[in-house]
Amino acid sequence: MNKARRNPFNIAAMHGALIVYTLIALFPVFVILINSFKTRKAIFREPLSLPDAESFSMIGYQTVMKQGDFFLYFQNSMIVTVASLFFILLFGAMAAFALSEYRFRGNTLMGLYLALGIMIPIRIGTVAILEMMVATGLVNTLWALILVYTAQGLPLAVFILSEFMRQVSDDLKNAGRIDGLSEYTIFFRLVLPLVRPAMATVAVFNMIPIWNDLWFPLILAPAEETKTLTLGSQVFIGQFVTDWNAVLSALSMAILPVMVLYVIFSRQLIRGITSGAVK
Amino acid sequence: MTALKLTNVCKSFGQVEVLKNIDLTVEESEFVVFVGPSGCGKSTLLRVIAGLEDATSGTVEIDGETVNETPPAMRGIAMVFQSYALYPHLTVKGNMALGLKQAGHPKDEIERRIAEASRMLSLEPYLERRPAELSGGQRQRVAIGRAIVRNPKLFLFDEPLSNLDAALRMNTRVEIANLHRQLSASMIYVTHDQTEAMTLADKIAVLRDGRVEQVGSPMELYNNPANRFVAEFIGSPSMNLVPAELIGRSAGEFVGIRPEYARLGEAGDLKGTVVHVEKLGGDTNVLIDIGADKPFTARAFGQYEIEPGAQIGIDYDPAKCFSFGSDGARL
Ligand SMILES: Nc1ncnc2c1ncn2[C@@H]1O[C@H](COP(=O)(O)OP(=O)(O)OP(=O)(O)O)[C@@H](O)[C@H]1O
Ligand SMILES: [Mg+2]
Repeated sequence: MNKARRNPFNIAAMHGALIVYTLIALFPVFVILINSFKTRKAIFREPLSLPDAESFSMIGYQTVMKQGDFFLYFQNSMIVTVASLFFILLFGAMAAFALSEYRFRGNTLMGLYLALGIMIPIRIGTVAILEMMVATGLVNTLWALILVYTAQGLPLAVFILSEFMRQVSDDLKNAGRIDGLSEYTIFFRLVLPLVRPAMATVAVFNMIPIWNDLWFPLILAPAEETKTLTLGSQVFIGQFVTDWNAVLSALSMAILPVMVLYVIFSRQLIRGITSGAVK
Repeated sequence: MTALKLTNVCKSFGQVEVLKNIDLTVEESEFVVFVGPSGCGKSTLLRVIAGLEDATSGTVEIDGETVNETPPAMRGIAMVFQSYALYPHLTVKGNMALGLKQAGHPKDEIERRIAEASRMLSLEPYLERRPAELSGGQRQRVAIGRAIVRNPKLFLFDEPLSNLDAALRMNTRVEIANLHRQLSASMIYVTHDQTEAMTLADKIAVLRDGRVEQVGSPMELYNNPANRFVAEFIGSPSMNLVPAELIGRSAGEFVGIRPEYARLGEAGDLKGTVVHVEKLGGDTNVLIDIGADKPFTARAFGQYEIEPGAQIGIDYDPAKCFSFGSDGARL
């Protein structure tokens, strides 16, 4: 450990900065959480005070439970997010492995083509996507969303993962080949564990926008049985009146699963970094 | 029986020709060392032999069979890499067992081979550890163990000791020599290190720019180098090449004098100024400016007090000199 890190003043300053940052980052979440347990009047009168005996109310949660099929929305969001992440990571990693490991004609061109999607927002193609979904009969299915989100996430995933995979030692892969491992085993057993931190990064980057997206659920899957949580919560936000109790309660419940996923991935992230797998 | 026979092997990466018409044979239980400057294609040649790269043309025969189309795992070879390349998620035992499991050997056979290899390399206390929990030397021994358990016809070593410190390198070098004696398997060994090359090899192949310059026993190469490149490359400190006009012979030619055969004294055909002295205890290297591009190195046995700036004469035995033409060929 170096001197700067042992100096008590530096330690205090470092922790101070981190604590301040944590407070700032958590403050909106905190406000949402406390207000979701208050009456409508209390929300507007004293938005920052904690709920007390007088202002405490579960009305928001009750509305959410009564209105629509909240758990179905929840389940839809979960399925879409997890399935999209799975496909993004699987296909992204496979493409990245091919690009970084094999020499073939047009390798660089292929890499550039796959990375192009980072710069072009997929929403530009919404009309064409909708037409395609109508033609294939996928409108109002979760598959429509999963496919679109997978396409949306792949470019960045391929870009980041191929950069990391280039750093995996050639000798290790060659040792595997000499020991008779198939290319798939080399990919799944040797390379993937070594790029786990990058996989976690890609997962976290992709998870939040997918979970929060309103655009594609609204256009591709607005039916009652395929509504996602974000879309489902919109019923409480009207043009003239907004049921803030319900909105805040829905938001509070929507935060939870993302948090759980985040904790899982960040664990992986930290373990990947600290395991000292290479050399 | 020849363990390995390369005929006209060429390898190019795109436009770049890395290996050019390599012909080479390795006899059974022979220890062959590849030496050559960095980037001359030693590792590429080893990878072609292993099957990790396809030869652009030419044939690779291992144990009498052409293996150009055979995948690495089926060639009966084992390879030890410079960076160890151990599987980080497996224990030492798992690392050694993987190749055998993959080949479908029975469990007790695997156990027996691992026990034997770990006894040979004194790895028994570490069998349950992961590579991250081992020192560099132990990791390299595991890598060698992983090669041994495969019971290959041909071992390939790519600079296996260059990540180790000097003392450990010496020990492991002796260990590899012992292994070669015990297993009496054919081995190919790539190195930068003069001492490793000279002490381990039955036969040294000197490579330059993707070509084999000379193949021969260490003493053959030392006593009878085919050209200037080999002469300079084998021996440490390397041979002095004195422009022939300095000793009254035709210009353009060079006379090669090994540092250990130069005698320092008052008299001598060559005269110069001492520019630097390296005292190694057992012997003393004296660098002398004789008016050529590079200073002349003389190696004197024992300890001498010579000050830089002193005038000194160099005497040598003409019978132990080599003459090279301006194109580098031996005259
Ligand atoms: N995959 C590749 N694509 C293109 N060129 C390559 C590739 N691998 C090696 N080369 C080139 O081939 C030449 C020989 O490389 P190689 O690794 O065999 O050298 P080497 O003799 O092992 O060197 P060193 O002693 O430094 O390990 C180098 O000039 C290198 O740039
Ligand atoms: Mg090399």
